[in-house]
Amino acid sequence: MPHLPHSSPAALPLIDLPGPDVTVRRLRHPGRWVSGGIVLLLLAVIVRAFAVGQIQWTVVGQFLTAGVIVTGFGWTLLISACALALGVVLGFAFGIMRLSENPILRFAAWLYVWVFRGTPVLLQLLIWFNIALVFPRLYLPGLIDARMVDVVTPFVAAVLGLGVNEGSYLTEVVRGGIGSVDRGQKEAAHTLGMTPGQTMRRIILPQTVRLILPVLGNSAIGMLKFSSLAATIAMGEMLNAAQRIYFINGAVIELLFVCAVWYLAGTTVLSIGQYYLERHFGRDAATATSDRRGFWAWARRPAARGEA
Amino acid sequence: MSLAVKAVGIRKSFGSHEVLKGLDLEVAYGEVLCILGPSGSGKSTFLRCINHLETPNGGYVWVDGAIMGYELNRGALQELPVKRLRAQQSQLGMVFQHFNLFAHRTVLGNVIEGPMVVRGLSRDEAEARAMGLLEQVGMAAKASSYPSQLSGGQKQRVAIARALAMEPRVMLFDEPTSALDPELVGEVLEVMRNLARGGTTMIVVTHEIGFAREVADRVVVMIDGEIREMGAPQQVLSDPGDPRVRTFLSRVLA
Repeated sequence: MPHLPHSSPAALPLIDLPGPDVTVRRLRHPGRWVSGGIVLLLLAVIVRAFAVGQIQWTVVGQFLTAGVIVTGFGWTLLISACALALGVVLGFAFGIMRLSENPILRFAAWLYVWVFRGTPVLLQLLIWFNIALVFPRLYLPGLIDARMVDVVTPFVAAVLGLGVNEGSYLTEVVRGGIGSVDRGQKEAAHTLGMTPGQTMRRIILPQTVRLILPVLGNSAIGMLKFSSLAATIAMGEMLNAAQRIYFINGAVIELLFVCAVWYLAGTTVLSIGQYYLERHFGRDAATATSDRRGFWAWARRPAARGEA
Repeated sequence: MSLAVKAVGIRKSFGSHEVLKGLDLEVAYGEVLCILGPSGSGKSTFLRCINHLETPNGGYVWVDGAIMGYELNRGALQELPVKRLRAQQSQLGMVFQHFNLFAHRTVLGNVIEGPMVVRGLSRDEAEARAMGLLEQVGMAAKASSYPSQLSGGQKQRVAIARALAMEPRVMLFDEPTSALDPELVGEVLEVMRNLARGGTTMIVVTHEIGFAREVADRVVVMIDGEIREMGAPQQVLSDPGDPRVRTFLSRVLA
């Protein structure tokens, strides 16, 4: 087919072509300025509403560092840390059991996930708190013999409730993580003569941890927030402390805002920690946190799927 | 010539599909044996049966005085506990098509893993020997790199060093160059050629006919789970008796 000459008036004849150093003008985006302006305006409206609303900001400032609140936040951190540790231990234990050759172990792990992932965590907290109604005494021959109410304090109930619940989620996470480590890693370890235990500890689990670290970071952040549920079982963590104060002085919203500030501070610190942890574990591959530009660039990236 | 490996009547099925139909093979110490054959002929499965990465459904493999995975007990084969099977497996060095380097360990970490964990060597001793082996495969300069920072050819050379670190009786290669870019095949074959010259006993599943012709003492051609041809490379490769082997070779040599 013969090549037809282009006859449109816009055709650019070769003779008019500019040199290689020609200036390039970027496309303007007026729409971005407009949408950005609208959003800024809305933000300003919201900020003003809260500024002129019926909140005594001086009271917020006053209670922000009140002893009871700070102590309560300390309990919040302690509950979260203990529950997360328990959850991680249970998650790995049951996650490995989920992949066992032994069908009974597999079934037990499945049952654990089914029960504790299938019921609300608030309900579980209440059950742990009232466990003495079922078992009045805790008796392990040679180890312990005590009244259950003395053993399961609000703190213990909170850690058990939150930790066991978290463990059921992490079981599935660990199972998925182990499953996504390449099968060849295991085969290579076997041909070197490593036993299943050595292979799991030295080859599979370290790579699993790297894969699930983003999820564990989200767990930590979620746990800090879910620990507020312990306020319902008379555990004197931060929300409970705030409630006890506003029952007396009536500054409800002010004290809830105090809590919000502390929770935001906590989750921000955890996010920063998560960033550095992922960067550390991601050193061998660009998988965990491919973005090395720094924490703030990472924090403002689009959220990954399933990220809290 | 004393025998290193003797496979007796190896059969293997995946579901209803019979992949290996009763294979016998003997490999002597110092010998280099290449297994050729069209894809799907079962040659990789056969190699994986030899070191019990796949458990054969029938037959057994004898390696250096012991039956892999079993112990002869009153005329029957008694399955061994996994720890003793692993000890046997460490006698057979394995090099995989996809390298399977430990992604979370450096090059050096990969090579010292087996000697330290399985053989109980001290870190210093394991590292000293590992550096020698990395020197041998030309990868000493990359000792502190991670696998993700290496080219395919470099990864495979590290994988060879890692397998050698266990001082295996026999080295098994499962299509060691099939996943490599063409320009990287040569460096891996060169390392293997040097091993063969040094007297290492090798069983190599490969598509590299040229390598087989040059290095192998014997060549086996497998088709449909059976050994159809076995003998010296020049005889098998230039004048095969079996018509299906002739068809296969004319296709790969074309």
